[in-house]
Amino acid sequence: MRLVGSPGAWLVWGAVAFFLVNLFGLVLAVVVNSFSVQWFGTWWPNGLTTDYYASAWQDLGLLDVLVVTGQVALAVVALSVLIGVPTAYALARRNFPGKRLVTVLFLLPILLPPMTYGIPLATVLYKFDLAGSVAGVIVANLVPSVPFVVLTMTPFIEQIDPRIEAAARMCGARTLSVFTRVLAPLLVPGILAASILVLVRTVGMFELTFLTAGPGSQTLVVSLYESMFSAGIRAQQAVDAVAVIYTGSMLVLLVIALRFVNPTQLVTRLKEPAP
Amino acid sequence: MTAPTTAPPVSPPGERPPGIAHRLAERGIDRVLLLLVPGVVFVVVLFAYPVLYGLQLSFQPEEGGGPFANYERFFGDPYLRDTIWITLRLAVPAALFNVLASIPIAYRMRGAFRGKRVLTTILVVPITLGTVLTAQGLISYLGPAGWFNKILIGIGLTDEPVRLVNNYWGVLFSLIITGFPFAFLLTLSYLSGIDPTLEQAAATLGADRRRRFRHITFPLLAPGLAITFCLTFVLAFSVFPSAYLVGLPQGETRVISIVAYESAFRDTDYPLGSAIAMVMALVMLVVVGLVLVWRSTMYRGATGGKG
Amino acid sequence: MSVSTEGGAFAELRLDRVRRAFGEHVALRDLELTIKGGEFVALLGPSGCGKSTALNCLAGLLPLSGGQILMDGRRIDTLPPEKRGFGMVFQNYALFPHMSVRRNVAFGLAMRGVARAERIRRVDEVLRLVQLTEHADKFPAQLSGGQQQRVAIARAIVLEPWLVLMDEPLSNLDASLRLEMRNEIRRLHQSLGLTTVYVTHDQEEALALADRLVVLRDGVVQQVGSPEQVYAHPANRYVAGFMGYRNMIPATVSEVDGDLVAVDVGEVTLRGISRDRITENSAVAAIRPSDVSVADREGENTLRGQVEIVEYHGREQAVQARLPGGVPLHVRTRSRLAPGDSVLFHLPPERLLVFGEHS
Repeated sequence: MRLVGSPGAWLVWGAVAFFLVNLFGLVLAVVVNSFSVQWFGTWWPNGLTTDYYASAWQDLGLLDVLVVTGQVALAVVALSVLIGVPTAYALARRNFPGKRLVTVLFLLPILLPPMTYGIPLATVLYKFDLAGSVAGVIVANLVPSVPFVVLTMTPFIEQIDPRIEAAARMCGARTLSVFTRVLAPLLVPGILAASILVLVRTVGMFELTFLTAGPGSQTLVVSLYESMFSAGIRAQQAVDAVAVIYTGSMLVLLVIALRFVNPTQLVTRLKEPAP
Repeated sequence: MTAPTTAPPVSPPGERPPGIAHRLAERGIDRVLLLLVPGVVFVVVLFAYPVLYGLQLSFQPEEGGGPFANYERFFGDPYLRDTIWITLRLAVPAALFNVLASIPIAYRMRGAFRGKRVLTTILVVPITLGTVLTAQGLISYLGPAGWFNKILIGIGLTDEPVRLVNNYWGVLFSLIITGFPFAFLLTLSYLSGIDPTLEQAAATLGADRRRRFRHITFPLLAPGLAITFCLTFVLAFSVFPSAYLVGLPQGETRVISIVAYESAFRDTDYPLGSAIAMVMALVMLVVVGLVLVWRSTMYRGATGGKG
Repeated sequence: MSVSTEGGAFAELRLDRVRRAFGEHVALRDLELTIKGGEFVALLGPSGCGKSTALNCLAGLLPLSGGQILMDGRRIDTLPPEKRGFGMVFQNYALFPHMSVRRNVAFGLAMRGVARAERIRRVDEVLRLVQLTEHADKFPAQLSGGQQQRVAIARAIVLEPWLVLMDEPLSNLDASLRLEMRNEIRRLHQSLGLTTVYVTHDQEEALALADRLVVLRDGVVQQVGSPEQVYAHPANRYVAGFMGYRNMIPATVSEVDGDLVAVDVGEVTLRGISRDRITENSAVAAIRPSDVSVADREGENTLRGQVEIVEYHGREQAVQARLPGGVPLHVRTRSRLAPGDSVLFHLPPERLLVFGEHS
């Protein structure tokens, strides 16, 4: 397949390059600033230091924030898999009256902006004294995550031949054995992919966490936002340091995710010819 | 478990009318559906209930008045009402740009070539940046003293720094940076699902590159593009932190999320906040609904992708 | 807890008015069939005739809508599939993709709690039987279609089940492999003597393998009999068509004399055989293409036709001719014919079957 050659191709690749160069400059600006001693209006800061990472670590209590972020993300992943996979199984294997309604019910939390249901949800959580706690943040983040697991796992389960389950039964396996010995091992890749995507989404989820978190239950994105919002108090460099830490951890997660999920197969599953 | 050769239990022979369980199983209702229970209970309790609660709350205004007082207030006060247009003015161009820019890039990237995975990864990286780092980067990079303006002045395109952040453009850029990778991934994914032999077939029938795209690829891709537009539009329409950080939150980027948030949590007027959230959801559903109605007029069958 | 498993011999398995409906659609209507221990029964019919439904009902993968299944008088249709002690070979093999060949075959033994040493012995034995010993540690994806097929068979027979169910097991294989595996299945049945129910749409396969054939159409049994019976004496027009009576010539009954019938096709009178007493006036005269021969002069049971299409098939030619009434006549002959020839065809009366039009 011809990638370059026609003027159209040059135009497209030129635009991509322009986008990527600016993107790189944007990220680099933040990274450089986070290491700079002082940088005002010049091409390059007048000295580099890692002091601001240390101060960001201490001032913002980053360790606590990271612990909370980890707790929230892992709890959300575990719970959404636990609730979502059985649901996906039932949706993949059965046609029942009202199935469309159930599907729509699981689509809406993904389709609607988090703000629209986040505000009523936070109101309800405040009513039940759950808001402001780590538990509240977990509950709020589960709302889009469970449907996400359901919607990604349903096609995955559909492509597992139900006759494999029938074959296990014909071999004398009972329901529990069919699940543990045959189905579970086949589901592992799908669950892994869905988990990592949920992890990335949860770590990056701003709105819902922002609406439901209290002082002790902020995740990294939210405390980054808070520190940026109160930028007058803190050095820009410290804020940038937090931003770099955040992006670094997201990048690691994404690279791991891309090892398990082929991004082009999000919609249609097909075998890509070996390059 | 030992396995003696025991006989199956004996039961009296005779006609057995199909039982209720059998007739239900016929329609797909059996014990497997019990697996749905946790998921459905979860969505109902944590999604449907809060939304309905919010809806109900929005009809009970804090400051008295009829049940529609909150909505009357929202649509009566231009300062609140105009946030819908402000948000649409940001979200529609951003979503359109993201989808339209994705098509040619994805079109050139379908099929296998060396370095495809690397390029895809690079294009997807902005997803990890998140709104906050993007905002921070936009401020430093596109700001009056940032590298971008320095280069523009350096090559003589402008004398004064161009104002690109803390206004409409800053928010739009932020929406493109966070939304484009997403739109690109979806488009590439839909495009990969179209059987390449269809285009080859069109070529043997005499269609050139442009007509192959117009008559074959684009019609098959269009339903996918509609979905992509909906999803990127949802992302853009709910713009919130970047409207604060790189926009003008009291002026030209006072988006609907901001007023919803401020009403509910800064002014602790939950009913008004909920009412605005409901308006937001409604506008969203109207736009998505229009796109989906348009989509329903297109061919949506198999696109011949293997797999 | 009754776990009926291996130890596999029974005197008879009786399907009593077995019925299965999907909503309004009746896929299987009151199937009556008795299978004797050790027998090889083939369910034959085109897709959608109910043969796979029957097999799935027998396996317990589909609940019955009515009727019952009795094994030596004990009712088994209420048991779940894992407790019936049957083995099944699926059309697409349904091998566990995450298990090696050895573990696939051993799965059923493990489920029945067979001790490890015994398990290994029996798996080795079966793998030797299906000639897969050297592939024992490979995964299904690494095997060819024929090898996967053998794994599926090994997995089903290692349990020495009461009954082996095979659902079009050869339909995914190419032609030469299909012949080879057909021999293999016949050989395994002869050496192990496992009672087998085999579903297929290929009449050649069914004739070659089975002791008894059950021909189904739209969920209703058309004929049950030995391969010879079904091949030589199809019960009705439908079975005849399925058994290779490709020529169906519309005719009018002119004379009935016991089994012997005379029918008129246009000007010509043909004599043929009818097993059932024909009550209708309009009928069809059925004959296989290979039973038609080229005649050198007019005589009894001859028809003139215009040759239209000639296909070369080695020793023989497949010829399509058209009779004066516009009805096509398919003939396989060693005579060399060419399109446009006007030829006399002889339809031997002992090979010409006459069926009522609505039989």
